[in-house]
Amino acid sequence: MKDWNWRLISTHAILIVGVLFMSLPVWVAFATSTHAPETILREGLQLWPGSHFLETYREVLFVEGGVMKSVLGTTMLKNSLILGIGFAIGKVVISMLAAYAIVYFRFRLAVPLFWVIFMTLLLPLEVRIIPSYEVVAGLGLLDTHFGLIVPLIASATGTFFFRQFFRSVPDELLEAARLDGATAWGFFIDILVPLSKTMIAAILIIMFVVGWNQYLWPLIMTTKEENYTLVIGIKQIYQILAEGGELPQYQKAFALTILATLPPVLVVLVFQNWFVKGLVESEK
Amino acid sequence: MKRVQFEHSSLPYLFVAPQIIIIAIFFLWPAMQAIYQSFLLEDAFGLSTQFVWFRNYSDTILSPSWLQAAGFTAIFATLVTFISMGLALLLAVKANEVLRGASTYKTTLMWAYAIAPPVAGLMGNLMFNPLIGDLYKFFNAIGWDFNHKLDAFDAGFVVVLISVWKQVSVNFIFFLSGLQGIPKSVNEASMMDCNSPTRRFWTITFPLLAPTTFFLMVINITYAFFETFGIIDTTTRGAPGGATNTLVFKVFQDGFRGADLGGSSAQSVVLMVLVLALTVVQFRFIERKVHY
Amino acid sequence: MANVQLRGVRKTYPNGAVAVRGVDMVVEDGEFIVFVGPSGCGKSTLLRMIAGLEKITEGDISIEDRRINDVSPADRDVAMVFQNYALYPHMTVRGNMSYGLKNRGMPKDEINRKVEEAAELLRISDFLDRQPNQLSGGQRQRVAMGRAIVREPKVFLFDEPLSNLDAKLRVQMRIEIKRLQRRLNVTSIYVTHDQTEAMTLADRLAVINDGKIEQIGAPIDLYNNPASLFVASFIGSPQVNLLPVTFDGSRLINGELAIDGFSDLPQSTPLVLGIRPDDLSQASHGQFTMRVDIVEQHGADNLIYGALHGITNAEEDGAEFCFKASHDLLPPLESSLSLGFDASKAMVFDQQSGQRLI
Repeated sequence: MKDWNWRLISTHAILIVGVLFMSLPVWVAFATSTHAPETILREGLQLWPGSHFLETYREVLFVEGGVMKSVLGTTMLKNSLILGIGFAIGKVVISMLAAYAIVYFRFRLAVPLFWVIFMTLLLPLEVRIIPSYEVVAGLGLLDTHFGLIVPLIASATGTFFFRQFFRSVPDELLEAARLDGATAWGFFIDILVPLSKTMIAAILIIMFVVGWNQYLWPLIMTTKEENYTLVIGIKQIYQILAEGGELPQYQKAFALTILATLPPVLVVLVFQNWFVKGLVESEK
Repeated sequence: MKRVQFEHSSLPYLFVAPQIIIIAIFFLWPAMQAIYQSFLLEDAFGLSTQFVWFRNYSDTILSPSWLQAAGFTAIFATLVTFISMGLALLLAVKANEVLRGASTYKTTLMWAYAIAPPVAGLMGNLMFNPLIGDLYKFFNAIGWDFNHKLDAFDAGFVVVLISVWKQVSVNFIFFLSGLQGIPKSVNEASMMDCNSPTRRFWTITFPLLAPTTFFLMVINITYAFFETFGIIDTTTRGAPGGATNTLVFKVFQDGFRGADLGGSSAQSVVLMVLVLALTVVQFRFIERKVHY
Repeated sequence: MANVQLRGVRKTYPNGAVAVRGVDMVVEDGEFIVFVGPSGCGKSTLLRMIAGLEKITEGDISIEDRRINDVSPADRDVAMVFQNYALYPHMTVRGNMSYGLKNRGMPKDEINRKVEEAAELLRISDFLDRQPNQLSGGQRQRVAMGRAIVREPKVFLFDEPLSNLDAKLRVQMRIEIKRLQRRLNVTSIYVTHDQTEAMTLADRLAVINDGKIEQIGAPIDLYNNPASLFVASFIGSPQVNLLPVTFDGSRLINGELAIDGFSDLPQSTPLVLGIRPDDLSQASHGQFTMRVDIVEQHGADNLIYGALHGITNAEEDGAEFCFKASHDLLPPLESSLSLGFDASKAMVFDQQSGQRLI
């Protein structure tokens, strides 16, 4: 029995160390962001919240020149939301339609088109970055929401996910619906979409996080400050800190990391079950 | 495929059209451009181009800086993959064991998934900041002459640490769901057959996790190659002297900063081949898994 | 109501596999016909061709003299009950039953009236606003039937509808389906691999083997007068006893066993003697001596299994004979029983072709 107790204690000890390892940096970032820059410079990172919470976050969010040269924190927040939500919805719509065609229709180009979609897995943005920039620039899509979101939503992950799910839907449902006189579009809207509700929710959550966290593409796509997302703001503040000023605004840098972290983390925490389901299922 | 399918002449094409059109414009065309440009040499002013066959490839790939980046990427990917998977597996096994507080542990260990790599990078960067970073001070205080701006090993340590930190939660989620997917009866049977928990783990649980482990290896290698761009870009940026350049970071550097279009394209194509190899490995494995 | 005609119906899949190789039959108006056969025999494919879910490679199917080969499933005026029910999981029972009518553009109050009528008939009125996952297996089965009934089709198609139910419920639903079909008097085609279900439900039974109709007729005729070895062994539970024999001009021979009372049989070919377990009886000097191996007590009667003395293949799998005896016969294990049978009830088949000879 004693043996067993030691085992239990060590198990909890390992888990607690793990939780601290994963959480402490973010907590320290938050605590430090609530202190005055002088305090931070003098004492280093902070473990407990200070008195400058309102001041720091107000400046970052609402004051022009508070964190970037001109763009407000709220504008970056809005841009990030547009990217996250637009990406998630666009991805779900486009991939459900494509997966529906591939699974439920017999057509001549089904197999070649499937392979075209598959090809996107072989071509992550990183391997075609400069020509992609040239295409978007050539089409005049730099600094537009359309140019930011649309090229991102075409990759195969969502399509594969829905293809997998549609294939697991019993064949008899389509057969029953056909006997019931449903058209192709009717079956999709009346049966398949309602049936996929949980899957859609799971994918929306994951894709929101993925969209929100996009870095490289917005980096090359946006040239104007007013189009920065929070994650791009991170890059800018890095730049500002690296260049050095009179008094480095570390608390604002930390505040920005917290703002960039909070929405996706909240989404993941609130919808934890859907999120895990979607993540694990989508990779099968 | 479905036993019964719709037969409709134009509807399916309409449904796949959006995705296919976007792929054609933003994936296939740029990829072909990259391949095409990798065979071209542009003069310094961009006035004339010349078809040079594989010269860009031989120039770039044999250059010391590319080889250095390739070497670092290999070590970096290996370390990140093994350390983050090892930590995640340990935590997942423990979290799967406890009854009390299981869901709290689970939640607090997985939420870091939602943090963007560059955000993690900046946080880490500030923790190692020579002026305010307590980690920087701590390492120096214990006698390690730590300076990641000057010392290649120290810089590597920083990017590996941050990259591992960012990746543990994904691995944890998959390992935990893999562990929970092992039928209870198998665990119970093994408890009757073998008394040592450690032995049980290595002889029963770990082999049963093999599919998850293999899959995660591919995911982690891909992560270390590509997604760590955001971390590198907000920490060392390849410093000191290119010692922490990953291949992807170097493509970006050479293409955007250095404006070496041909060389950067050649590097892109090499990366494409690498992704292809990874994907082939992954799919061969999935095929095998189907036979189980 | 309507009759269903199949003329030279064949099904070949794109990969070359032949599922149905030429079926000709007429299902009469109001008739309950059952397709029975082992899995993979093509019975489901045949049903699905009638439903319009599989293309017909060759031949014609017509309902009420209208050729329906190229008519879409929804326009064939047929309704189908699926093995796994195929209820739309996100719709209520009412939604499930009215979906087909809605697609036909029927007015709302008429739909409601029909749905409620059908629900009444099937005693599922109380569940109309529940979702399928809140129902038991038997209730889901009723909803699936309700969905078929509301459409007032010319033909009901059933694809192994009871195989997902437990044994007790299966018997109950079997009776209910039969009663319902009598009452509605709709032409029905029912596919099953369960011979008890087939025997009890069918007006006429079509035994299907390897894509062809092996024999068609009233269940009891098929039981008493099977045309082939296949039909004989498929119909009847417990299974018919089969004994490989040869004919020497006056007797059937297997090892030391010789059975009198047969004539007009070929002497050169291997034959199979078939005797149903209930045609055997205890006799003081019967044709067989059986060494008792196992006795199964079923309550009303006992099934006694054992090997026959003197036959050459006694040790082979499936060579054991089964004797259906009354419940008071309980021979000790390893004891010997002398069994006799009426030669007029015995069946003799050609082993190669499976053809019935006597």
